[in-house]
Amino acid sequence: MDAAIEVADLRKTYRGRRTGEVRAVDGVSFRVERGEFFGILGPNGAGKTTTLEIVEGLRRPDSGTVRLLGRSPWPHSPELTGRVGVQLQASAFFEFLSAEEQIETFAELYGASKTRGAEMLELVGLAEHANVRCEKLSGGQQQRLSIACALVGDPELVFLDEPTAALDPQARRNLWDLMRAINAEGRTVVLTTHYMEEAEALCDRVAIMDAGKIRAVDSPAGFVKGLDAPTRVTVAAGQLTGERIDELAAGEAVSADETTVVFETRDPRKLLTALASDGALEGLAVRTANLEDVFLHVTGREWRA
Amino acid sequence: MARMSLDTETIPDTAPPKGRAFLSLFKALGRGWLRDRSQVFFTILLPLMFMVLLSSVFGSTGDSASRILAVGDVPVLEGADADDFDVASAPDLDKALALLREGEADAAVVQDGDTVLVYPSPTSSTSGAIAAGNLSALVDDVNVEVLSAAAPGEPVLRTEVEEADGGSLRPIQYLAPGILAWGIAISGVFGAAGTIVDWKRDKLLRRLRLTPASVSTFLGAKVSVNLVVAIAQTAVFLAVAALGFGLELSAWTWFAAPLVLLGTLAFLAIGVVIGGIAKTSPGAAGLSNLVTMPMAFISGAFFPLALSPEWVQTLSYLSPMRYLNEALQSVVVYGEPPTAVLPQIGFLAVFAAVVALISWKTFKFDEL
Ligand SMILES: Nc1ncnc2c1ncn2[C@@H]1O[C@H](COP(=O)(O)OP(=O)(O)OP(=O)(O)O)[C@@H](O)[C@H]1O
Ligand SMILES: [Mg+2]
Repeated sequence: MDAAIEVADLRKTYRGRRTGEVRAVDGVSFRVERGEFFGILGPNGAGKTTTLEIVEGLRRPDSGTVRLLGRSPWPHSPELTGRVGVQLQASAFFEFLSAEEQIETFAELYGASKTRGAEMLELVGLAEHANVRCEKLSGGQQQRLSIACALVGDPELVFLDEPTAALDPQARRNLWDLMRAINAEGRTVVLTTHYMEEAEALCDRVAIMDAGKIRAVDSPAGFVKGLDAPTRVTVAAGQLTGERIDELAAGEAVSADETTVVFETRDPRKLLTALASDGALEGLAVRTANLEDVFLHVTGREWRA
Repeated sequence: MARMSLDTETIPDTAPPKGRAFLSLFKALGRGWLRDRSQVFFTILLPLMFMVLLSSVFGSTGDSASRILAVGDVPVLEGADADDFDVASAPDLDKALALLREGEADAAVVQDGDTVLVYPSPTSSTSGAIAAGNLSALVDDVNVEVLSAAAPGEPVLRTEVEEADGGSLRPIQYLAPGILAWGIAISGVFGAAGTIVDWKRDKLLRRLRLTPASVSTFLGAKVSVNLVVAIAQTAVFLAVAALGFGLELSAWTWFAAPLVLLGTLAFLAIGVVIGGIAKTSPGAAGLSNLVTMPMAFISGAFFPLALSPEWVQTLSYLSPMRYLNEALQSVVVYGEPPTAVLPQIGFLAVFAAVVALISWKTFKFDEL
């Protein structure tokens, strides 16, 4: 079977009269297998949306090739668009229609039933706002409606461009559950995000993108492992003597100031057991390396989402 | 988001038939149109307001008699029919002209021996022109009588003016087609330009391009909504004009429908060109005004082209509104058959095709 997505050496340069040339996508290649949950992680302006739009068939690249479910997304064919669901970064709705009328229209365009539309509203938690005009929904509600529209055609492949950007923490967690459920049913999901923890929580594999280039692709765990970074264990100061701190550090990095002591250890289990037996667990915080560190490592720049 | 199951019913994996996509888009866009108060105002109410305004400016609708001021002794008026002329006398010409300027009369008349001098109203050119026309007809009638009396048995040529609207050219007969043509023009131009700018802003078309429905189905649905609106607008307008303002509709009035549809296509095409240029809604509205205002002024819709300067008359051949106005006037007011307006139809069709081609060629689709 073909891969869900195969992208080779995409390039796109925007030419503005005043802004000059922006190399939004600069030689991007990747492959997404069917059923995979694939994330593109990167700061503002990294080129995520442009990449997605090219893959979806909204924009033509300057060069490079795209295969979507084994076909070219260009020119558009109903056979392909009917199998793909898209949530664009900026929500787009029919003016003056209610959420329900909106989703029904999209359901009809995808050849799905009306009840399917109502189910999707329910699924994204908008059932009680069904009669509200789209322009009167809050930003997060609009985002959810737009996700419902992406799912209404029962797609094999779903593109979500920053789906959780405008959501409150509760809605974000709910949406995570929803996205996991979509993926668990065998649908391929491609997600872009600014949030490290989102990529870690959801994605099978993550592409780290910066300045139009994909810097690295791996599973979140693979990234962290490859980084070989120490775990940072923090406790409140004053619970341990200077001698004991040096002893516990066992030659690894440690720093202390008036309020905290921070150990950087590669054997957190042993250190935590020792701290527990000392009864020195006040103010305890354990931070393992995450994608943030990976980003720093991969791009050489601090994460500034 | 309580339920997490995504129970998947069987959905046909072929795209929906075009007809179904068209209908759902038509429904969605039509509903949107009906709920947009500003659209309803522009297309339905504004032309009606114009009709009220203009018909009161150009003279009362019920009274068809021309109001004439006789300066001194005007024997020719003695034979005047009271239905056609409402004669008052003025002591001298200056006083009469002052009254004309105030809109108190449609024309002043002075008779100096064999010469009848007519001063049509400068303030109300339409009713002034009508009064002048009526007066010259009266003079012709008198001449015929004089000639027949002088040479009995000699045949004299006389004109019998057979007027389609029953003998009196009331302002409404003349204004209604013009205002309707103007209403069709602004709803087409403003509607299309505004819609394009909205689409650029809210990216709806981008989203729809990624559904199985094709862009041409979507555009077709949008144009269809506009065509249905134009028909409804025409029906409401003509009904109000007939029932409220005494417009007499000819038997060929139904032919206004295809004329209005053709006109709408031409004006939509103009709107698409404007929408392609404008970046914002106010920009689109401004540009639409810039195009429709001169187009209306040179079209002869609001005052007779015959009374306009030569250059206006020449320019008017370029205004699609002129042709729509003429065609509507011919079939609705004068009851001429559609064959009489074939030249106008031809021009509108060519105009629509050319502008549509221009809009198609110049439009930057990736901005949508
Ligand atoms: N239509 C456009 N015309 C010109 N430049 C553009 C256009 N769209 C994006 N850009 C530029 O291309 C670069 C990449 O933009 P893109 O939207 O792909 O980034 P992104 O990773 O999606 O950012 P964000 O996280 O903010 O959504 C940016 O520098 C942006 O300014
Ligand atoms: Mg983006």
